[in-house]
Amino acid sequence: MTQEATKGSRIFAAPSPWKTKQKKPKAQKANGVRSLNGRWAYLFTAPFFVMFLIFGLLPVIYSVYIAFYSWDPLDPTYQVFVGTDNFIRLWHDENFWNSVRNTFSIWGFSTFPQMAMAIGLASILRNPTLRAKTLWRTILLVPNITSVLAVAIIFQQLFGRDYGLINWVIGLMGFDNIDFQEQAIPGQIAIATMITWRWVGYNALIFLAAMLAIPNELYESASIDGAGRWQTFRYVTLPQLKNTITFVLIVGTIGGLQVFAEPLVFGSATGGSDRQFSTLTLYLFEQAFTNINWGYGAAIGIAITIIVLVISAINFAITRRLASEDSR
Amino acid sequence: MKMPFARANFAPGWHRVRIGGYLSLGLITFISVFPFYWMFVVASSGTEEISKMPPSLTPGPRFMTVIGHVYEVVDFTRALLNTAFVGVTVAIAQVLFSALAGFAFAKLNFRGRRFMILFVIGTMMLPSQLGIIPLFIMVSKLGWIDSLTALIVPALVAAFGVFWMRQVIDAQVPNELLEAASIDQAGVLRVFWHVVLPIIRQSAFVLGLFTFLASWNDFLWPTLVLTSPSNFTAQVAVNQLKASYVLDYALNLGGAFMATAPLLLLFVIVGRKLVQGVMDGAVKG
Repeated sequence: MTQEATKGSRIFAAPSPWKTKQKKPKAQKANGVRSLNGRWAYLFTAPFFVMFLIFGLLPVIYSVYIAFYSWDPLDPTYQVFVGTDNFIRLWHDENFWNSVRNTFSIWGFSTFPQMAMAIGLASILRNPTLRAKTLWRTILLVPNITSVLAVAIIFQQLFGRDYGLINWVIGLMGFDNIDFQEQAIPGQIAIATMITWRWVGYNALIFLAAMLAIPNELYESASIDGAGRWQTFRYVTLPQLKNTITFVLIVGTIGGLQVFAEPLVFGSATGGSDRQFSTLTLYLFEQAFTNINWGYGAAIGIAITIIVLVISAINFAITRRLASEDSR
Repeated sequence: MKMPFARANFAPGWHRVRIGGYLSLGLITFISVFPFYWMFVVASSGTEEISKMPPSLTPGPRFMTVIGHVYEVVDFTRALLNTAFVGVTVAIAQVLFSALAGFAFAKLNFRGRRFMILFVIGTMMLPSQLGIIPLFIMVSKLGWIDSLTALIVPALVAAFGVFWMRQVIDAQVPNELLEAASIDQAGVLRVFWHVVLPIIRQSAFVLGLFTFLASWNDFLWPTLVLTSPSNFTAQVAVNQLKASYVLDYALNLGGAFMATAPLLLLFVIVGRKLVQGVMDGAVKG
């Protein structure tokens, strides 16, 4: 029976919305509208490209330049070429590696629960027998629209050591109060909670969109085969979500490397008394704008970029492998 | 138990959503909304109510007093007007420039089209922190420190907007329609304005909304470049409250309330459109 369901899903497999979107433009790529004068395109794209080159691309190139200098912003003439010193210093900087570890630790605490909850919620929302669909979907997006700063301030109060609501609940359950702002792992979990709270609903909507693209026939045949709730989910829904899961992972990882406001509010510019919440972006901010160490800050920025590119490349490789398995 | 659900849509192959499903949705609704309620509770309480166990779960009587204190530290009306001005300007500019470029990439034949679009998509991979130090130096040299120009000008265009508008125009505007319009001797600009824009207005509006929200909530860049209170945006003002007193929770959350309430009101009006935008794959995380 379950065999049937998986087989069925292969026969009728609908491409996920992400796949469709990537393929569609390819088919139409070459043919613009012939009767329209193509030279207008330069005028149409000019405002974008001019602004983008000045404020988007130039800073990126400039930051590579800065990273090779030691720079005193109070006296712009004092600017010494130091070669790769900033990068060598970074490689031996324990605080940098600490921020790498913290970033990935917070990422781990937030990503996996978030994925599981988002997929779970989406599969409830996908059910056509659900009532008040639009209402639920809309409520799910509320946390996402608010500023990270406001959210961090609210949660800082909720996670307070002596009078926070969360410690009150922990006390009711008979445990000792937890000092979230001092202890490393509980604090990182608190920060991960803020991130999860913000993104669960958003990701649930992404997964919902992917699930809506799964043809109903699959569910009908699964039900004829007598599949239960869990089996239907495991053998009909889940295999169709591969691409979406990869997409959400990539976007989540890039976002995770940029986490900044939550640890700043929770543990000031150094990321806590013992740097226990110092993330990569917070460390860049600390070096560049608290210590006014621009060359070193630029080197950290380049390091973040390299990490992003490496992770994206790994993700793409995995996606490609999964995609080729699909076509087999 | 069965009665309330008896009229549910007939959906072959689906197990009905049971009480557990509704409980999960109810729980996530509570978790999503409660922090906002709590923000109001704390913002309307005195220090005694906040520092007591068990905590008071209902709003206190001091809301106006707390907001008064907020205004003593920073002129929040001014901050909200600044934020709205920056957000609206940036949203309109991004939608317009993105739609223009997106139209060219989707529908016009020109040399370098393929390379340029790949280039735009490629730059979307770069994290925004990479450019922040040089951008700060550039903005200082241009003399824009402590002015709203520093927030507006660098944000007028974005690669993501162009990428998305190109997808939208490609998918929603049929070539035949453009052929027909251009045979009437309508210029390319008129075709864009009278044919393309009306078709994509829904998606363009959603792009504008998300741009506005991102601008409203931006925090790192504005705190770096704005120094005088008359130029503060709402987020900088909230941050200022954090810095000015020894951890006054009511004051902090009063500020957060002021910066958040306009967005919640906006969300009541446009929430459904935003949901549709996310589900259309409109937004990068």
